[in-house]
Amino acid sequence: MSAPATTTGISDEVRQLANQEYQYGFVTDLDTDVAPRGLNEDIIRLISTRKNEPDWLLEWRLEAYQHWLTLTAPTWQHVSYGPIDYQDIIYYAAPKPKKQLTSMDEVDPEVREMFNKLGISLGEQERLSGVAVDAIVDSVSVATTFKEKLADVGVIFCSFSEAVQNHPDLVRRYLGSVVPYKDNFFACLNAAVFTDGSFCYIPKGVRCPMELSTYFRINAADTGQFERTLIIAEEGSYVSYLEGCTAPVRDQNQLHAAVVELVALDDAQIKYSTVQNWYPGDAEGKGGVYNFVTKRGLAAGRNSKISWTQVETGSAITWKYPGVILKGDNSVGEFYSVALTARRQQADTGSKMVHIGKNTKSTIVSKAISAGHGQNTYRGLVGIRRSAVGARNFTQCDSLLIGKDCGAHTFPYVEVKNSTGQVEHEASTSKIGEEQLLYCRQRGIPEEEAVSMIVNGFCREVFKMLPMEFAVEAQKLLNVSLEGSVG
Amino acid sequence: MMLKIENLHASIEDKTILRGVNLELNAGEVHAIMGPNGSGKSTLASVLIGREGYDVSGSVSYQGQDLLALSPEDRAAAGVFLAFQHPVEIPGVGNLYFMRTALNSLRRQRGQEELDAVDFLALAQERMKLVEMDQTFMGRSVNEGFSGGEKKRNEILQMAILEPTFAILDETDSGLDIDALRVVANGVNALRSEGRAMLVITHHQRLLDYIVPDRVHVMAAGQIVRSGDRDLAVELEEHGYAGMGQQRNSEAPTPVGATR
Repeated sequence: MSAPATTTGISDEVRQLANQEYQYGFVTDLDTDVAPRGLNEDIIRLISTRKNEPDWLLEWRLEAYQHWLTLTAPTWQHVSYGPIDYQDIIYYAAPKPKKQLTSMDEVDPEVREMFNKLGISLGEQERLSGVAVDAIVDSVSVATTFKEKLADVGVIFCSFSEAVQNHPDLVRRYLGSVVPYKDNFFACLNAAVFTDGSFCYIPKGVRCPMELSTYFRINAADTGQFERTLIIAEEGSYVSYLEGCTAPVRDQNQLHAAVVELVALDDAQIKYSTVQNWYPGDAEGKGGVYNFVTKRGLAAGRNSKISWTQVETGSAITWKYPGVILKGDNSVGEFYSVALTARRQQADTGSKMVHIGKNTKSTIVSKAISAGHGQNTYRGLVGIRRSAVGARNFTQCDSLLIGKDCGAHTFPYVEVKNSTGQVEHEASTSKIGEEQLLYCRQRGIPEEEAVSMIVNGFCREVFKMLPMEFAVEAQKLLNVSLEGSVG
Repeated sequence: MMLKIENLHASIEDKTILRGVNLELNAGEVHAIMGPNGSGKSTLASVLIGREGYDVSGSVSYQGQDLLALSPEDRAAAGVFLAFQHPVEIPGVGNLYFMRTALNSLRRQRGQEELDAVDFLALAQERMKLVEMDQTFMGRSVNEGFSGGEKKRNEILQMAILEPTFAILDETDSGLDIDALRVVANGVNALRSEGRAMLVITHHQRLLDYIVPDRVHVMAAGQIVRSGDRDLAVELEEHGYAGMGQQRNSEAPTPVGATR
């Protein structure tokens, strides 16, 4: 491969790769049961009826909807997009199962095929990886595995809808307890119209015997997806939860407004890892997913710990701040993030750590990579309340710029109301050095491999927090997303 | 002949730096290039490894190939190596991993089988002795937090591992104390061989007490203005580069040929 030297530093090969198509851009033809477009009380009642929900849940949805009508979409984010027509969205779509499912083999072949394309064959997953998979296609769970094994130790891992049917007391007790519907515009919308999601309950003293994993996909055209995830870790329990997703190519922007709530009681630990790869839009930024997500954990008990690790490579726009409310004394909150924006992608992401309990500790490590015309913003809030004696936070934000047309921005907010609090902040911005690239190439390492090596090195602190198999996937994803970004 | 540079010109952003360099180098030879700051020594190294951003004319024939037509990685695969003057840091990328990736890239491009981690470690450990480096360097990120001397030793270690045919050492002595200089020079001397040529770029003749060159060239204002044997370096040490420039004006309308 001979690349003639140019003054711009972009070889033809690299240019070619820059225009590569999204690898997972296919659409599966499922027979879909869809609600009419638009949002009103009738739609909400329809969703609730379809899901055979108890009255209290319908009431909660309707209250949320009434509140939502009083809200306007936030504009403070460092992102730009056209207005969203909420009356032009389909709020409910369910794939019709061809017959009653009794085993994995009976999962809709088209659904299975879709997962195969993604390299996550459910059957293989079940046999090989020891990971229980709760697959969500559109808004309804179509397959849940490993239930029995988990049931042996009392772990409940099921779709949100099933939890509403089978464990209504738990759902009622914790739903909205960490992210109330009044929290923000998108969380409120989610509360009104969420269709499904995952539910996980780890009983007292149980260490969940396997990593729990959910793969999300947006499938039916124009279907906004509003998942809701609720994870409860009882006293002294531990769970590691993996969330990963890819989405097919769409011409219209798709709204994705999920809510994730985590509750950790005394001495409990929740580790929540995400690899996010929604469709980012084409080279002009057309057609990507809007990912407006509210994720929050409540470290409610003493010595509890909640860790968020995220690798964000997808979406046209990402807007999320996984946070932890450190309520229990000595509780710990962590946030490790890699956010990559290439093409015309925009991300406004970071973390929110609110220290309430004594001797609470939080760590934020954010690695932002911008390439192409990508815009990457870190926005973080560290709040130390009056009651939080001896609280400590360490924040590190590093930005890496690849090329001349991208940007990185940092908005760290700190509110300290207790003088014993310690807050440290470190930030750096570096450009992927032509010097680093030349150094690698001089040693014989081809340009693309060199870029991925440098970027992976930059992200190493975060990757090493991911479960092994996820780390490998994340690394691959980063490489695919970065292809052709040099120059 | 391994390397033949003819009438090499290079400019960057309309600034001409090399103004017709001629140089010939045979396998097994070590040549030194000396000259004041800004004379074009490092630019010559940059152009030879294919750093982007220069407008280059003239020709460089390396083992019969047109070197200037190759990408930096292809030049590396052809056996060209540069010990950088300012080795760059690559945070998060382990030194050992980096070197193995480099060696295996070269081997792949040459159609050779790649070395696995175990075989590579054995090779690296053996070569580390040459530059008196210990294992702890290998676990650290490439050049990150290395002292000046450690960076230079790390360059020579890479040379020992990658076994280039033609190595350029750009101011490898700069910033080294006498002990570090001795270690680096010993490493370089151990790598002198019949099949390998080296171009040692230096400011000071001090290095040449340790790495004794076959030929010494003096560069000024983008040309090689004088060539000679080891004694030329000593002469330079005594009279400085100032005298050299005058000489060039008086006696060298065309650059002096650099071969023996």
